[in-house]
Amino acid sequence: MTSISPPVAASPAGSVRSAGRLRVDRRGWLFVAPFLVVFALVFLAPIAYAIWLSMFREQVFFGGTQFVGLANYAAVLGDSKFWESFLRVLLFLVVQVPVMLGLALVAALAIDSARLHAASFFRIVVFLPYAVPGVVAALMWGFIYGDNFGLAADLNEWLGRKAVVPLSGDWILASIGNIVTWEFVGYNMLILYSALKVVPHDLYEAAAIDGAGALRTVVSVKLPAIRGALVIATIFSIIGSFQLFNEPNILRSLAPNAISTFYTPNMYAYTLSFGGQRYDYSATVAIVMGVITAVIAYVVQLRGTRKGS
Amino acid sequence: MTTTNSVLRPRRSPLLTGVMVLYLLYTLVPLAWLLISATKTQPDLLSTSGLEFGSTFALFDNIGGTFTHDHGIFLRWLGNTLLYVVVGAGGATVLATAAGYGLAKYRFRGRRAVFAVLLGAIAIPGTALAVPTFLMFSNLGLTNTPWAIIIPSLVSPFGLYLVWTYATEAVPDELLEAARIDGAGEIRIFLTVTLRLLLPGVVTVALFAVVSTWNNYFLPLIMLSEPDWYPLTVGLNQWSAQATGAGAQPIYHLVITGSVITIIPLVIAFLLLQRFWQSGLTAGSVKQ
Repeated sequence: MTSISPPVAASPAGSVRSAGRLRVDRRGWLFVAPFLVVFALVFLAPIAYAIWLSMFREQVFFGGTQFVGLANYAAVLGDSKFWESFLRVLLFLVVQVPVMLGLALVAALAIDSARLHAASFFRIVVFLPYAVPGVVAALMWGFIYGDNFGLAADLNEWLGRKAVVPLSGDWILASIGNIVTWEFVGYNMLILYSALKVVPHDLYEAAAIDGAGALRTVVSVKLPAIRGALVIATIFSIIGSFQLFNEPNILRSLAPNAISTFYTPNMYAYTLSFGGQRYDYSATVAIVMGVITAVIAYVVQLRGTRKGS
Repeated sequence: MTTTNSVLRPRRSPLLTGVMVLYLLYTLVPLAWLLISATKTQPDLLSTSGLEFGSTFALFDNIGGTFTHDHGIFLRWLGNTLLYVVVGAGGATVLATAAGYGLAKYRFRGRRAVFAVLLGAIAIPGTALAVPTFLMFSNLGLTNTPWAIIIPSLVSPFGLYLVWTYATEAVPDELLEAARIDGAGEIRIFLTVTLRLLLPGVVTVALFAVVSTWNNYFLPLIMLSEPDWYPLTVGLNQWSAQATGAGAQPIYHLVITGSVITIIPLVIAFLLLQRFWQSGLTAGSVKQ
């Protein structure tokens, strides 16, 4: 539990034994209660409601609903559309997340290294795409990918043949990966860079006295020191990949043949709810994805924190 | 000695700078394309290549067109977005700040349980909650109202986590004790002593809450069927669909100009508040 452990336990302030801290102090609820009330309304209640929904099935012909126990779960686990969409985001995750985090790490190390000209300028520009709404990023790249007035069209004209077709079925997953990478390298860079900034400087001095070069310092001092931040960035990226929705949903209007209505699990849940009124089945898909995501995030956290100890 | 110098006071490296310049181009070229395209008329958009300017400089016409198209609905969307951001992200910042401080500085029964629940909440995909939240809100008669967007925006577990970490470091217990001895109440201490110390952390939380509310797409997409309540994101995508779908209207230039207008406020906010959010994130960053 080094990465997301309660900061109080990990920090020096936790060991300060002033009288005020040790007394059980119920007044803390005064500050926490408002958050928890809204939290219960928008987090806990929907989860409970989704679980409830997933155990019923709407009767199409007779009206009303019928309790079906775990039948919806069995149906989802045997649903080839669900597995197709799941395997697609899994492939996306395995390729895109390492590329994105690798770029973010290189950028963070470069900006932190003091070897870069105009480092603070680079920091703000690399971060810039994070301020661009996902919808605008998807629309912008979608137009750039397009045949009409995009850069892909310019490139093809220059090459004299249709060599670059980002909106075709073979390319589309990589094209989506490019959009997500463009959007989130800066955000991840900032998480890693913030962690690098608080690495104690005497660690570098010790490494230098031991005769470690720059690369050696990165591998033996910097990377272990920011392992917690790397684990957090990885978990956020995994959650993001499994939730993939905005980019494919928006590109669909430009590439309807390359992106199906069940392209990702989230799009499938959306289509089931708002295209087919299958709310119970849609809730089941959402819960199954939520459980898979939580399990994988938990495993990554356990592995990521165990390695160093 | 030379090694010591090279690690602690490294020389600037042209090679590294060159590699980063390549990445910079990847970041900036699409945005440059967007900005240049926003200055073109619809015919120029189709006839000129992406990174050159058109025959007429139509940026101001396009901005005018964006705000007047379809009886000025874009202005309405901009107003909606501002409403969701001010109330939603503002409320999220207040709730996360108070709760983060409460968890960091008071010991009460159930504190560990609160932490465990929050940790679980961060791991749950937000969109997994979207469909049940929609159905719940629909039963409560809240869909198609601003509340459907604002209420879910009020909770930011990550913001709470950030304030919690930040408050642990930035607010000394001794100071709180001294204020108590002086007879100040807990709320007054929070408002007069704590808030000032928490400021960089709070600005960081506010900024990230603003971004996530401003960029919110999935939630308004499912909650709202009435274009009058759309935020910019959903509205822009609707225009884009109109430009490509059946019976297409040639309004690509408006979609592109509207996109530029949507980006600018956030970019300005990040640039102006740089000093705050960068120190806020550093102090709140994950410690070993």
